[in-house]
Amino acid sequence: MIAQDLLVALQGVSSEVAERESADWPSFNCPIDSLVAVLKVLRDNHGYDMLVDATGMDNGVDASPRFTVIYHLLSTANHVYVRVAADCADSENPVAPTVSGLWPGADWHEREAYDLLGITYENHPDMRRILMWDSYPHHPLRKDFPLAGHEDDLWDEEIREETGTKVIPAPMAGGPFVSKSSNFEAQKEPRAKDESWNEKKEKPEG
Amino acid sequence: MATESKEYSMPDAASRAAQASEEFETEKLELSMGPSHPSTHGVLRLNLELDGEIIQKCDPVLGYLHRGDEKIAENMTYNQFVPYTDRLDYLAPLANNAIYAIAVEKLTGIEVPERCQAIRVLTSEMARISSHLLGLGAYTMDVGALTVFMITFTERENLYTLFEELTGARFTTSYSRIGGVTRDMPDGWMDRVLGFCDHFLPLLDDVESLLSRNRVFVDRTADIGIISKEDAIAYGLTGPNARASGLDLDLRRDAPYSGYEKYDFEVALGENGDCYDRYLVRMEEMRQSVRIIRQVIAQMPEGPYRAEDAKKIILPHKDKTLTSMEELIQNFMITTEGPQIPAGEVYFEGEAPKGALGFFIHSKGGGVPYRMKIRGPSFCNLSILPKLCVGVMVSDIPSILGSFDFVMGECDR
Repeated sequence: MIAQDLLVALQGVSSEVAERESADWPSFNCPIDSLVAVLKVLRDNHGYDMLVDATGMDNGVDASPRFTVIYHLLSTANHVYVRVAADCADSENPVAPTVSGLWPGADWHEREAYDLLGITYENHPDMRRILMWDSYPHHPLRKDFPLAGHEDDLWDEEIREETGTKVIPAPMAGGPFVSKSSNFEAQKEPRAKDESWNEKKEKPEG
Repeated sequence: MATESKEYSMPDAASRAAQASEEFETEKLELSMGPSHPSTHGVLRLNLELDGEIIQKCDPVLGYLHRGDEKIAENMTYNQFVPYTDRLDYLAPLANNAIYAIAVEKLTGIEVPERCQAIRVLTSEMARISSHLLGLGAYTMDVGALTVFMITFTERENLYTLFEELTGARFTTSYSRIGGVTRDMPDGWMDRVLGFCDHFLPLLDDVESLLSRNRVFVDRTADIGIISKEDAIAYGLTGPNARASGLDLDLRRDAPYSGYEKYDFEVALGENGDCYDRYLVRMEEMRQSVRIIRQVIAQMPEGPYRAEDAKKIILPHKDKTLTSMEELIQNFMITTEGPQIPAGEVYFEGEAPKGALGFFIHSKGGGVPYRMKIRGPSFCNLSILPKLCVGVMVSDIPSILGSFDFVMGECDR
């Protein structure tokens, strides 16, 4: 009911807004160039005044579009949520518009998505990493990033020169072990989720 | 020899001010506070830019406790992730476990039995008291009232003894599982919880009498770090911090889950949104939690404590696993493949002691989540610091941070 009304209202903003599959709250896909307008309408006309969460996800290395940004809004008066998702156009260097103009609290959420997924937010006031250190070269939540991590330089140049140590991948011992859900019995044997090396593929040097 | 006299003149106010500012011109001072500073409660670091004692700019540096929980979640089964939720807000693991379990149950469509729901409410409220006790003790210690910490820490210890009796662990409980709880309450445990409540309330009054009209405490907290209701909404503040600013939002009452609608309680609200109000709100919340605990125990339903239709999700009992073929197969499948959760997207927020703890799960089916985003309330609460800290004194930072009662485990994840 709410979902239908909202859909009609949002299609007034952009005709391409469509319903998104969801197990709970009303949920919409919207084109990325009208994302800010859609969120503004939700905030100003429909009472979804609080941005509780802004994040992104990687749909897979070969997926197109590869990156999606997802926003969860809460109405502090009616206590209902709404989810808005938008696909980023470029799979190599995904770009999304910032909503920190609508909610200053989006600032940190967007910095986190930039840090972990490498989604750049246009016109963001302070587009820096937030959880990893500033010189870190990777985006760990991307699907092509191995769970154990990569070998990298230490963040502090002085310590790096003095000790010669590096950030090394975690010793995973092959794990964590999970099996694919499949009808083929042999595949139900738990295997390393991280398949960067296994019995068939040599463990990379270093 | 004639005495030479020098002519003195009184300069006007403007030139005096110009001369003074030249004489006392201050240099901007960069101060890095943390990551191991006693008042930053963990590993928060604040890069401050100071003019004298006044803060001109505050840039919080996070990530010192970043463990990549979201990446880890994508690489293990739903059941295996339960212990990781202990380590989000490690001061209230019971509440985190329950909220995570409910999020996955929503995606699966499982209804847990009433007894399980009641146990979850009971343990969540006990976790709230224990979290607020520590938060209050550390807060008051930071502003110079050491006695309170002794009282609250002793009480928290009593609670931890009860947790240990229930879950087998004091700190990292992993008690709520998807589809139920690990074990039923031991005999006589509820009476001991009631005993704790009876003994706890008078002590809370004692603590209040030590603080609420204490001149030093009030001077250090009242009118410090004022957050307006509008700012609370704009920055996504939740929990006691938002309610102290007058934002009437409590998910236990407004979006009831786990049977919260069955219990009477009041939502404590502040008016000014300053550090003192945040203290008052937490004090009242502890009283309300005791009220809820008493109602839960009075109405505790009999029956199973795990869902019947969660057989393929929650591990079967150990004695059955060793004697019955069916359960053995179940045990094997759950351990190897993980619980089979249908594809879909779900976002669930529950009222954790620090605020709204949210889990966004995107599942493509199978035993492993495709993407899990954890919305830590401390992360959102702290995001207001760059705005809040401008123009305050350095010595107010411990009051502000203490009153925020954040925990870096869920902030950095």
